[in-house]
Formats: sequence, C-alpha cells, structure tokens
Amino acid sequence: MSEHTYTPSSKFGKWFNDRLPLLTLGDHLMNYPTPKNLNYWWTFGGILTFCLVTQIVTGLVLAMHYVAHADLAFDSVEHIMRNVNYGWLIRYIHANGASMFFLAVYIHIFRSLFYGSYKSPREIIWILGMLIYILMMATAFMGYVLPWGQMSFWGATVITNLFSAIPLVGDSIVTWLWGGYSVDNPTLTRFFSLHYLFPFIILGLVVLHIWALHVPGNNNPVGIDIKKPSKDTVPFHPYITIKDLFALLIFIIIFSGFIFFSPNILGHPDNYIPANPLVTPTHIVPEWYLLPFYAILRSVPDKLGGVILMFGSLFILLILPWLDSSKVRSAVFRPIYRIFFWVLMIDLFALGYVGAMPAEGLYLLIARVGTAYYFVHFLLIMPFLSRIEKTDPLPLNISEPVLTGMPKPELMRKDNKNL
Amino acid sequence: MFKKNLKFVFILYTFLIFFNGYSNSAEKVKLLTQDWSFKGITGTFDRAALQRGYQVYSEVCASCHSMRLLSYRNLGEEGGPEFSLEQVKAIAANFEVEDGPNEEGEMFTRPARPSDRFVSPYPNIQAATAANGGAYPPDMSVLVKSRKGGADYIYSILMGYEEPPSNIKLDEGVYYNKYMEGKKIKMSNPLSDGIVTYADGTNSTEAQMARDVTTFLTWSAEPTLEARHKMGVKVIIFLIIFTILIYLSMKRLWSRIDPEK
Repeated sequence: MSEHTYTPSSKFGKWFNDRLPLLTLGDHLMNYPTPKNLNYWWTFGGILTFCLVTQIVTGLVLAMHYVAHADLAFDSVEHIMRNVNYGWLIRYIHANGASMFFLAVYIHIFRSLFYGSYKSPREIIWILGMLIYILMMATAFMGYVLPWGQMSFWGATVITNLFSAIPLVGDSIVTWLWGGYSVDNPTLTRFFSLHYLFPFIILGLVVLHIWALHVPGNNNPVGIDIKKPSKDTVPFHPYITIKDLFALLIFIIIFSGFIFFSPNILGHPDNYIPANPLVTPTHIVPEWYLLPFYAILRSVPDKLGGVILMFGSLFILLILPWLDSSKVRSAVFRPIYRIFFWVLMIDLFALGYVGAMPAEGLYLLIARVGTAYYFVHFLLIMPFLSRIEKTDPLPLNISEPVLTGMPKPELMRKDNKNL
Repeated sequence: MFKKNLKFVFILYTFLIFFNGYSNSAEKVKLLTQDWSFKGITGTFDRAALQRGYQVYSEVCASCHSMRLLSYRNLGEEGGPEFSLEQVKAIAANFEVEDGPNEEGEMFTRPARPSDRFVSPYPNIQAATAANGGAYPPDMSVLVKSRKGGADYIYSILMGYEEPPSNIKLDEGVYYNKYMEGKKIKMSNPLSDGIVTYADGTNSTEAQMARDVTTFLTWSAEPTLEARHKMGVKVIIFLIIFTILIYLSMKRLWSRIDPEK
C-alpha cells in the first residue's frame, strides 16, 4: 500500500503521522476503493466483526461473575441469570451470539465459495479465514462446556475422547487434555482459560484477514479484476459503511428476536440439568453449527476413520484454492459449477440434519452418502470441472452489468484466456 | 432453468427438514397444550396463578422437590408472584435454616429470612434419592427449561396419570404416565381435586392446580421473562425505525453513484 500520499492538514497531525502513520491508516480505511456492485452477501464481513466484538464484550462481563469450578459453575450461571443486573440479557446475547456468529460465518464462507473469492490472489485471505473458522469452532465448543450442564459435560467427554483414536499415544493425549482420568474440574478450568484466550487470537487473525484483503481489494459478484480506483469503485466510507450498517441492523433485528423472544430455542434443554457423570443423556448432540462435522465423524464404524474424515473435511478447505484451478471466479459465469454449488449446499444441510439424529438406519445411510459427496465435491468435481467446464463470457468491467442488469454482448471478451 | 429448479428443491428441502424436526420433537405422544399467558412476544405471568402456584408447590411438591436456586425474596420481586414484603417475611419465617458459627463457634438454627435460599426437603441428593425409592426428585428451579416441551410437558405429566393398559405390569412404587418417557414414572400422582385449599377461594381442581403450579415453575425457571419481553418489544421497535432511517439515507447516498437504481 505504498500508493498513499495522505498528508494531515494540521501541524501536530503531520508530526504524529510521521512517527506513527495512524492517520494514513485511517485515511486508507475511509477511502479504500471498493467495487460498487457488491451485493448484500458482501455485508457479512462487517457483521462478523460486530459478532466478534459483541462476544468479547459480553464474555468479559460474564467472566466477572462466572465461577470456573465443577461444583459452582452451573449455579454461578444461574446467579448471573437471576441476581446480576441485566445478567440474563448479557448471557442470552452471548449464548445466542455464538449461534448468530456461526450463521454469519457460514454465509460468509458460502459467499466466498459461490463467487470464487478464495482464488488467486486471495488464497491467504481464505486460509486465514479458515483458521479463524476452526478456532471459532474450538472456542464455541469450550464455551458450551462452561455452564457445566449435562450436554456440556457429555459433549466434552465425546469430543475429547476423539483424540483417544490416535494410535499409541491417544490415551495419554486424552489424559493430558482432561488433566486427569475423566472430564472433571481441571478440564473445566483449562477450557475456561482457553475460551478466554482464543477470541483474542481470532481477533489477531481477523486483523491479518482484513490486512490481506486490503492488498488485492474485494472480489465482486462478477469476479473480474477491476482498476482501483475507477468508475467501478466507490470509497469505503460512506458508501459501504452505510450499506454494511443497514445489513447489520437487519441482522441485529433477527438476533434480538432470538434474545428476547426465544433465547433457549437454539440450546439443548438437557444443559439446564447440572452435569452428572453417572447419567448419560439419551442422545448426545453438539450445537447446530457443528452438526455436519458430527455426522461425518459418525458416518464410519471405525473411530479413527471417523476422526480422520472429520479433520480431513476441514483440512481440504485449507487447500481449496489449489483444488479449483478455474480462472473464472464467479459462479455466475460457471454454469456447471453453479449446479454443484447448490448440490453441496443441500449436502451440507442433509449432513447437519442427520448429525442431530441417531446414527442408525436411513440416517446413517444419508450420513455416508453425504460424507462421500462432500469429499467427491472438493477432491474430484472441483479439480476436474475447472479443467473441462466451458464458462460464459465475462464482461470487460462491472459498470455495464451494474447499470443495465445484463452484460452487453459488445462489451464481452471474446475469450477468457487472458484473465 | 435448472438452477431455478434446484433453488426450489433447496428451499423445499429446508422446509421439510424443519417441519420434520418439529414433528420429531413432538414425538409419538402429543403433549397437552395450554393457552399460557406467558407465551408470545408480549406474554406476562398471571399474578394470581403464580401465587396459587406457589401454594401448590409449597404444600405438595416441596415435600420432595427442592428449589435451591430461588430465594424467598424472589417471591416478592417484580415480575413474579409479587407477594407483599410482609407475606414474604411470613413465608420465610416458616422455615428453619442453619447459620453460624456464632461467637462461641457453634452452628445454630434460626427462622429463614427473605434473603435465604429456599430450604430443601433433603440435606443432599443421596438422601432425596434414598427416601424416594431410588429416584431423585429433580430440583425444580429450572425444571421447565430442562425438559423438551417446557411448560406443556410439565402440565402434561401432571395430567397424564392413567390406569395402565392391561398388558403393562408395574412394579411397586412405579406409576403409569402416558407422557413420561417409557410411560413409567416413580412419582405417584401428586395432585387430586381439593388437595390444596386455595387462599383466594379458587376451586382447586386437578387441572387448575396443574396449570397454576406449571405457571409458577415457568416463572421460577425464567424469573426475568416479563422484563425480557417488555425490553424486547421496545428494542425491536427502535431497531425497525432506525433501520428505515438508515435505509433511506443509504438510498440517498447511493443515488449519487448509480442514479438509475
């Protein structure tokens, strides 16, 4: 970003900016040239930033009242709900905030998948994003353990037990994770400690994610490279800020609907029963946002196989930019990929659904087919399709489709070779 | 064309999943539903029902079920049964709590004060389990939130006692209840007509008591429900107005960029 020529108007501003160019950074963020055809799927980056900040702020307050101890955790959460001023509000924001965070992150990821935002030159943005996503899952899982209800306890038991599938050292690793020979107080206290730490690592990764984004600039629904700044771009402020704010407000209205009118609908009733190591719940299910991975985990009869598949399903997302070699980014111009994108969506919903069901009969069959398709989609369909697919012609710039809604044939490139 | 169809399939499919999910959560036996006053976005508790419900709890349920997360002062707080301070003090004074140590280092008992937690009927879970034929009577503080179906489920259990079908044999101390998982429950039917004489003169039928105590238990699980609903309505109204203003500003701003839109 060496193109910056910003000079502060005041003398002090200039003196300060020569020593720490914060004002230059501010100027860059304000005027950052953004494609003007971004649709509402692009507003989720801002929404996610809001979610992260909300979780950190509410979490900070909750941590002031929460007691991380196996005998006291459940009661301390109820203490927050009953005796802390507006404690119920803060806790419901935090608990539902986790779900809203994942809702937004899934839309953000699917947006990237549809419009090819993971492709060159944005591979690092994608990888950082995936690392954030994986850390989010770890953070959310540990947060769910903290109220020390039945699902907390048994969820923790099931997930930590996964590591016992590792040959030779598995059992030792599990003992090390637990800090003992079962999920107990040492497990709870370390989960609390890490649950407090991880969001700040996420915050750091988010800064890198945005930094990496500001090097090539935003992708856009048409997926073509654009000149910046040009008539195809608008300054970030006020055009994108107000659009992001509008979308954020809609998001907050839905969020508020959950907080105020059905705050427990996304949780499991069993988590209002204090943890009891002697009573196993009939069905141990994770929170909804982890269900597709839970389905993949349970789709094979072998424990180690399930664990490998589950971690593999995340790992292949990290190398996605190299699995899809199509030079055309946006699925708008990829008629066949577009179909497979929707098939993948259906597949993920199906996996999420069977993840909530007992692993037997038809559910198990769907889980197996769904898991198989997941890997086939990324490992076979994407690499091959990107070689054989005949893409639609791309527009020269984004101004035309923005103004008329339809790309004009005379503005189309004759071929896509020079992209 | 195909894309449109696929989108349609996708949406239809999503609906099916949710529909299926809901029908699944209702499970084989359909719960008895009631027109609860606390349902809906402006739902509030029926004050008289809460007071009667507390009476049912204290005279019937409390002999086995603890409610350790509540304090007597909660009974007088806004959004709850709203007993007067004198009533709350009188209720608390009926119970003895252990306090201390005093200046001599001795533990002593004294009448409970409004700030004390509800006194449990048994000293610990093991004692409660042993005294109830091996089944722990669950603490009732958050019972409504810890059961699928919530208030409807609790109401259904209370109203679900029946003579067992001839093909089902019940052991000693086990009762038939069509809403319980496995249809067997270790709690005998706690309510029968007239078991409680209501202070406000309401006719204490089984259904009336079941309704009242379920209302009370819903409040105990969610004592801030009224405050939450009230705030929620205000928040949503504010947000909608704010969103409209921001939307109009956005349209105005963007009209500079592409006037045709």
